[in-house]
Amino acid sequence: MNDQLTLSKADGPSPATPSGEPLLQLTGVQKHFPVMDGFLFKRQVGAVHAVDGIDLTVGTGEAVGLVGESGCGKSTTGRLVTRLLEPTGGQISYQGRDIAHASRKELMPIRSEIQMIFQDPYSSLNPRQTVGAIIGAPMEINGIKPAGGIQKRVQELLETVGLNPEHYNRFPHEFSGGQRQRIGVARALSLEPKLIVADEPVSALDVSIQAQVVNLLQQLQKDLGIAFLFIAHDLAIVRHFSQRVAVMYLGKIVEIADRASLYERPRHPYTHALLSAVPEADPDDNRERIRLAGDVPSPINPPSGCRFRTRCWKAQEKCATEEPPLVQLSGNVAGHLTACHFPEEPGVAGGRDVVLDPALAAMEDEAGAVIPEPRDQQD
Amino acid sequence: MTTLAKPEEAPAPSGGASFLSVRDLQVRFSTEDGVVRAVDGLSFDVERGTTLGIVGESGSGKSVTNLAILGLHNPESTEITGSINLAGQELVGAPRRTLEKLRGNTMSMIFQDPLTALSPYHTIGRQIGETFRKHTGASKKEARDRSIEMLTKVGIPQPQTRVDDYPHQFSGGMRQRAMIAMSLVCDPDLLIADEPTTALDVTVQAQILDLLKDLQQELGTAIILITHDLGVVAKTAHNVMVMYAGRAVERGTVREVLKAPQHPYAWGLLSSMPSLAGSVDVPLRPVRGTPPSLINVPAGCPFNPRCDFKEGVLGDRCTTERPEISPATGHGSACHLSVGQKQDIFIDQIQPRLG
Repeated sequence: MNDQLTLSKADGPSPATPSGEPLLQLTGVQKHFPVMDGFLFKRQVGAVHAVDGIDLTVGTGEAVGLVGESGCGKSTTGRLVTRLLEPTGGQISYQGRDIAHASRKELMPIRSEIQMIFQDPYSSLNPRQTVGAIIGAPMEINGIKPAGGIQKRVQELLETVGLNPEHYNRFPHEFSGGQRQRIGVARALSLEPKLIVADEPVSALDVSIQAQVVNLLQQLQKDLGIAFLFIAHDLAIVRHFSQRVAVMYLGKIVEIADRASLYERPRHPYTHALLSAVPEADPDDNRERIRLAGDVPSPINPPSGCRFRTRCWKAQEKCATEEPPLVQLSGNVAGHLTACHFPEEPGVAGGRDVVLDPALAAMEDEAGAVIPEPRDQQD
Repeated sequence: MTTLAKPEEAPAPSGGASFLSVRDLQVRFSTEDGVVRAVDGLSFDVERGTTLGIVGESGSGKSVTNLAILGLHNPESTEITGSINLAGQELVGAPRRTLEKLRGNTMSMIFQDPLTALSPYHTIGRQIGETFRKHTGASKKEARDRSIEMLTKVGIPQPQTRVDDYPHQFSGGMRQRAMIAMSLVCDPDLLIADEPTTALDVTVQAQILDLLKDLQQELGTAIILITHDLGVVAKTAHNVMVMYAGRAVERGTVREVLKAPQHPYAWGLLSSMPSLAGSVDVPLRPVRGTPPSLINVPAGCPFNPRCDFKEGVLGDRCTTERPEISPATGHGSACHLSVGQKQDIFIDQIQPRLG
């Protein structure tokens, strides 16, 4: 079996952040949504364990990526950080202050420092307001009076995000998807935030436009020193944007590491599976091939022990009974934490073929018997 | 440095005329704002047992092309000219009856969003069986057995009980599997998959793409795969056609188009996609600007307002003369740059960026 030697966590629940003081620190954050049933008298019959105890830190000016499949709780995490949702457990500390259960009033000064960019640029802009009104609204609400007036500031912002300042009086429908997303970015920037939560900011855009927006965000991050929590399902884009990346599965972080370590030396089987599933525009691509069976299980009743065990090819009895802690495995650099009892060897080298999908396995066994294919069979 | 690949033949060309052959297809819609030239002079072939990947941004005409093949356009406001020949049968101008017989039987389609493509009112088994009964005249019992067989084939667990479930009881990946089962129930010769995995997660996407590939090997179906993701094409297609503003701007085998692309738009698409191995410190190089309106397509080469390599062409041919795709067969691109120029630009400027 694999090396069982695991080093205990060195400093509390949070990994050392490479860049500066932690701006934001999540400790054991939970969000359970109640499931109600019953006629007339509603009672709670269960809970959706959307986020189930995650520890995460974001340093000042750092870009942290959060990846995972749909339903893994990454968007909920984003909403908890911005306090659009109140966590059911755990602590969210922003600049040393716990904001997990802060009231509206207490949140007022913090709201302007944590901003959000939404996924869908079509539904996140009010169609009845002009661009000027949309971008200027946060300043008006927060009573900020920039030198030279709000209009001047809005026009500066439009220029920053690569739009024409003359578009001040236009309506959202006059813009294309990529331009609308830029308006969303300008709105987030209007309060000079310290942290931006970007929830799938480019997934609704065309490939060529995606790159434009990613470049813009990266430029802003460098120039203005804004910290980003970048939530996306596209691993290649997350890698391009974030210095540190956390992989989520069913409400838990299963692996977190700096970019190089996570993408080159992943240890968790799920990270391996995710990376091997990313389609690369290279016909000579010879990475390992892992095909999981089925979809993500329901977060209403998540599997016991390790949540990935129902789709894992290495699962044993221990995985069902004992939940693996998120720790630094031997041979990994500091800050690379993995939650797995039987971690994979580091590296994503080619040649390996793990097929768990029953339909694929059946057809490929048959095909393998008749036509000798160059594809490797399962180890 | 040079990793230009040798041209490679598409596997299993069945010889003789192509199975599906589209020639100079034009699709126009009349709208209040003017005539939309959704597809403008498109020609391509698909052989049995191979996959053609059609890549392009939204509004490049890739879905409209395939709706025209299936005859699913609105005849009131659509004008189609040119020729679509499926196994010797002309589809442009064919009567509705003929198309109805072909749809679901000889050619079928997988839609992007399985939740909206499936009826919430009928069970999965009934929806799969309906196509089968219509085309083969089978009884309800036979159709149900066939549905179970198909569900087993696409890897739905416990097909005997799942066949009576409704679409909302399936997860996203399973719904797409059910869609595939439905489209393959009559063993069609041509399968059109319109963004079949865009709504799915990466791990499920990988399963579905492998499933399509394996089914194709087993059944010898010709597949047209419409996508905006070059990665999906690299995994599944044999041939690729890149579309822009209703026209094909580049075509060739997967290896030719992805390893030695010739058209500036294809270069732009490749260098705007981050890869898992590329350098992270260089910014991405997106295509400038936005796709053109199809009501008012730019004169000359439709890509010219976004093109960075216009200075390589003498005179103002880019803005006055529409380039034809050349050479007429094999790896070709519709661009006024000479073949040598394209090769030099790709090797010197584009390839180093791709990492």
